[in-house]
Amino acid sequence: MKGLYYLAAAYTAVWIAIFGYVMSIGRRARKLERELEELRK
Amino acid sequence: MSESRRTWQDVILPWSTFVSMLAAIVMVFLLAPSERDQGIVQRIFYFHVNLAWMAFGGFALVAGTSIWFLRTGSRRADRLAHANAEVGMLFTTLVLVTGPIWARPIWGVWWTWDPRLTMTVVLWAIYAAYLMLRRLGGEDDTILRYAAVLGIVGSLDIPLLILAVRLWRGVHPAVMLSDDPDAGLKDPLMGWTLLVSGIALALLFTWLVSLRARLLAVDETVAAMHLEGARS
Repeated sequence: MKGLYYLAAAYTAVWIAIFGYVMSIGRRARKLERELEELRK
Repeated sequence: MSESRRTWQDVILPWSTFVSMLAAIVMVFLLAPSERDQGIVQRIFYFHVNLAWMAFGGFALVAGTSIWFLRTGSRRADRLAHANAEVGMLFTTLVLVTGPIWARPIWGVWWTWDPRLTMTVVLWAIYAAYLMLRRLGGEDDTILRYAAVLGIVGSLDIPLLILAVRLWRGVHPAVMLSDDPDAGLKDPLMGWTLLVSGIALALLFTWLVSLRARLLAVDETVAAMHLEGARS
């Protein structure tokens, strides 16, 4: 049963890190999009 | 950007990543049998091993694209090197997180200075230095060339890391490259689970690199427009 906690911890860490990275790319993309819009005006 | 490339990167790649990842999760948690000695914890290996292989592949691509950049000065090559290094760092960090989580119940310790583990930390540190150099050095051509050289030199750690289990006989298990007849995955379903997880993580790696490389291209365009605006 204890092994289940380790397994859950490992895969949770993987998913949080990947999700966080995708979110950070999305945030940076939105920021650049706004900047690009302002420069084009 | 052409319509065909947009289709590949925006539709096919994320969806194939999603479907293969779903298949990998089902196989890891529901279909693959538990290993006799290690029990359920062994299932960490399916992602841990593949994350490591993808990270090594990513750093090898950093070296390849850095050589391409040094030879031609191609901005695209430089962006690909940068994107591969960043995603490779993410994957290596996850290798260094999932490894100790497996080691604690199996070895009884979170960490030991085994040759392969030590070489992985060295690899992580080299590419952390590479990314810091790029972040702090800006887009100066000399800095980009220094970073490219570091990207190439850093990749020399990869063959050492792969062979570390054989060369120095540490405690890290050799799942794939071992002469021991008792080593490796015994059940064919375990092998299939490792393969499907590998395909899912390879697709994820490619998708993340393509997203990051495109973002770097937009970043360069914005920087160029700022410069043009300042001049006029």
